[in-house]
Amino acid sequence: MTSQVNSTAEQAENAEQANSPADNQDESALVEGQQRPGEEKEIRQLDRVIIRFAGDSGDGMQLTGDRFTSETASFGNDLSTLPNFPAEIRAPAGTLPGVSSFQLHFADHDILTPGDAPDVLVAMNPAALKANIADVPPGAVIIVNNDEFTKRPMAKVGYATNPLEDGSLTAYHIHSVPLTTLTVEALKPFGLTRKEAERSKNMFALGLLSWMYHRPTEGTEAFLRKKFAKKPQLAEANVTAFRAGWNYGETTEDFAVSYQVAPATKAFTPGTYRNITGNLALTYGLIAAATQADLPLYLGSYPITPASDILHELARHKNFNIRTFQAEDEIAGIGAALGAAFGGQLGVTTTSGPGVALKSETIGLAVSLELPLLVVDIQRGGPSTGLPTKTEQADLLQAMYGRNGEAPVPIIAPQTPADCFNAAIEAARIALTYRTPVFLLSDGYLANGSEPWHIPDVANLPDLRVQFATGTNHELPDGTQVFWPYKRDPHTLARPWAIPGTPGLEHRIGGIEKQNGSGNISYDPANHEFMVRTRQAKIDGITVEDLAIDDPSEAATTLVLGWGSTYGPIAAAMRRLRTQGIAVAHAHLRHLNPFPANTERVLKSYQRVIIPEMNLGQLATLVRAKYAINAHSHTQINGMPFKAEELATALKEAINA
Amino acid sequence: MPNTTPPPTSAAAGAHSDSGVKDRLPSLALVPRADNKQTMKDFKSDQEVRWCPGCGDYAVLAAVQGFMPELGLARENIVFVSGIGCSSRFPYYMNTYGMHSIHGRAPAIATGLASSRPDLSVWVVTGDGDALSIGGNHLIHALRRNVNLKILLFNNRIYGLTKGQYSPTSEVGKITKSTPMGSLDAPFNPLSLALGAEATFVARTVDSDRQHLTEVLRQAAAHPGTALVEIYQNCNIFNDGAFEVLKDKTQAQEAVIRLEHGRPIRFGPPTEDGLGAKGVVRDHTSGDLRVIDVTQEGTNDVLIHNAHATSPTTAFALTRLADADTLHHTPIGVLRNVERAVYDTQMNNQLDLAIEQQGKGDLTTLLHGNDTWTVTG
Repeated sequence: MTSQVNSTAEQAENAEQANSPADNQDESALVEGQQRPGEEKEIRQLDRVIIRFAGDSGDGMQLTGDRFTSETASFGNDLSTLPNFPAEIRAPAGTLPGVSSFQLHFADHDILTPGDAPDVLVAMNPAALKANIADVPPGAVIIVNNDEFTKRPMAKVGYATNPLEDGSLTAYHIHSVPLTTLTVEALKPFGLTRKEAERSKNMFALGLLSWMYHRPTEGTEAFLRKKFAKKPQLAEANVTAFRAGWNYGETTEDFAVSYQVAPATKAFTPGTYRNITGNLALTYGLIAAATQADLPLYLGSYPITPASDILHELARHKNFNIRTFQAEDEIAGIGAALGAAFGGQLGVTTTSGPGVALKSETIGLAVSLELPLLVVDIQRGGPSTGLPTKTEQADLLQAMYGRNGEAPVPIIAPQTPADCFNAAIEAARIALTYRTPVFLLSDGYLANGSEPWHIPDVANLPDLRVQFATGTNHELPDGTQVFWPYKRDPHTLARPWAIPGTPGLEHRIGGIEKQNGSGNISYDPANHEFMVRTRQAKIDGITVEDLAIDDPSEAATTLVLGWGSTYGPIAAAMRRLRTQGIAVAHAHLRHLNPFPANTERVLKSYQRVIIPEMNLGQLATLVRAKYAINAHSHTQINGMPFKAEELATALKEAINA
Repeated sequence: MPNTTPPPTSAAAGAHSDSGVKDRLPSLALVPRADNKQTMKDFKSDQEVRWCPGCGDYAVLAAVQGFMPELGLARENIVFVSGIGCSSRFPYYMNTYGMHSIHGRAPAIATGLASSRPDLSVWVVTGDGDALSIGGNHLIHALRRNVNLKILLFNNRIYGLTKGQYSPTSEVGKITKSTPMGSLDAPFNPLSLALGAEATFVARTVDSDRQHLTEVLRQAAAHPGTALVEIYQNCNIFNDGAFEVLKDKTQAQEAVIRLEHGRPIRFGPPTEDGLGAKGVVRDHTSGDLRVIDVTQEGTNDVLIHNAHATSPTTAFALTRLADADTLHHTPIGVLRNVERAVYDTQMNNQLDLAIEQQGKGDLTTLLHGNDTWTVTG
């Protein structure tokens, strides 16, 4: 739960995460030791755990992580996840680039990030161990599949000697488990080939971890039976492997201790919750927006990582009057969405940075046509193809300025996975109210990451209904009543939305400059200047909520200004700094264009403004240019979200500089 | 001979429609009809037409404006979408809804509109540069999807609005400002391209032949799905006379092959049976089409044009008959007109089916999903 930054629970995270990662595990592990009556094994209470599952990209680590997450969510812990996988679907087996991982942070209190360093690493092969060991602090638990630690797989990743035997891992608690052998053994009754049986080893590992952390198992068993409904034998094989893993933990002496992390009761306000990823929340936000606007939704899209899941999800919900059009290219995707918008639909296009580049001209057309349109950009590493599966915030200036001519477009950025729902609705509100294309800037971290979501009451969602034009709106000097497509609402400066099928309002619009009011082609210099300034004024005049400041001390002289998905890491870093007695304020921009009206006042009320971003300082550039302040830019562009501890250290240095 | 039996033709064969009366046009069944009888004037907008004097576009505009009342559709349910180029100014002059969009993208934009609004009659106006160069991708995909669009491709074989560069339909060796030593690239044959892209309706007509143009429009409008109509259009500024051979009465006899569904493919000076002295036959050795002199070789082997043939093979062969340099043996009329599932109809059917199978979407149910937990105060 990321919305409660002042709960008492945060103190626990503060206290604990302020410790060095090295003694992280030891410090947090033994809150209370106990033994269940009648059971031999010890159970310890923890307040938080970070687990990372790592294996080959074909090992099913994302599924394993997803299942563990679902178990954890239904148990009632607060949680945050970080999937991390290569762009290749099946990278060469056993290689470092082919390693796929899934990190999950869960706790009995409110947490903000997927965690910096894993307390537990599950490594399915030597590559997974090698690729992740640098992130694992000494003292942490490592569970390895020792079946894979044979000569060739080890040589492939440069292990000259077996790390499980050569003493190089003595700083860790190693559980060396023959996961493959045990799985194959457990599945013998099924008569599967060895290769088929081996594929269930991720479920064995999941079973083992589920035992270790007392996760509920019914959900996973039900999931497996549903997933393999058409192949009941495979369903039962996977359930058997899952149970075998659980039983292995229960019976083997190697695992002497299991852990409990109590539900995060205090972190959650009363209500109904589910776990949700950013892309799913964003999709639901779009559906909710269309429902609240009482408009059919039209998605024009071309598959691209990491945005495709939105297309997939929307395509499943045609019963909400949703049309999904997989176009021949990015340009056709937005073109179709714009055509549908002309026809009175809620037009949406979804993409990532490279797709935005291709859509730019059509976005410019939408600016000129002044039609509502949502452009969803799930940012990824760039430039060019860049890092398709990694996160980045480097499309901000593209969204802001990446078009010919003066073509202002509002920009909204969600802050957490669950917040993607609200951000989508807000983007739709602006698009529909102001008749403009709107950018929704999510990113790979939000898209694939997940957290618990307090499911909103539909009755409390905003009313987004629009009024289409139905009649003439202008009187000519000779008294004739006519329809002027560019006669604006005096408050919002929005033009009327007159859709085909409305008698008497036949009109032509296009990308050529239009005469103010009538919308007829106009090359008149003064008219052009007026129209350019009017389009800008319309966007500048959009009403957005004020920038909120989080400063419990009310004495901070430094403001940390963030936007988008850095919310969690920045807020977690704030907790660390405040625990150390450093007063610091945090403000997070949801609206990047226009900025909230109080932005300048907020920025200028602090001696120092630090802007952390996953780019080379794009928000800092905008802020410096607009407000002429000397903002300090702190950037990271490694394809991964900020780590809270590193960020806290960097902010501290900047504050002390 | 065509391998399917052509449907019965109407009495007035000529260039006339064989697809029934306008009241039953399957393509427009969902489009509301006009309350009152319309005239050409109803379709003229108040905008001054700004093409060069003498441009072929005027004739096409007049033909379209003159034809529209025949459809009897509510004017507000008609939309013209265009890209960029001289021809793409067309929507401004039609008193319907219209969008003058960006270069090459009209088919994509129109696809979004047509597939979400089955109550609209959507027309795309484009040119050889717009449709075949910058927008080639959208054109072929609209054709294969068979969206309910009528695409009018004005082909003048030159870039007019940018003042005279060669286009993707210009003949090889074309001397223009951008190709002072002659253009190097082989041109597209738009109809061959369309057939290769699985088009269900492919036709060609000429700007100056209003009667023929109107008849082709009539058949295109009746077609459920994407109709591609190539209109040879004269640019009197940058490529004047490009189609003169098809327009000059004497030369046209040799140059133009008028295709009429169910009729023998004959052209040239008339013989005693009233049809032309030339005929198109299939060469038994190569399988290709060739032109014969029927006074020498007889009429037995002359092909009967079948626009409804399932296979596009013969239609494709017809598009290859014309000589690229002289334009001799240029077929005009409807080359192909077959029925195939229409994209927007299917898209809308899926929405109905989804509601039938899953019930009408309920937001609360959706947001809750299957895996929730409750926190009490």
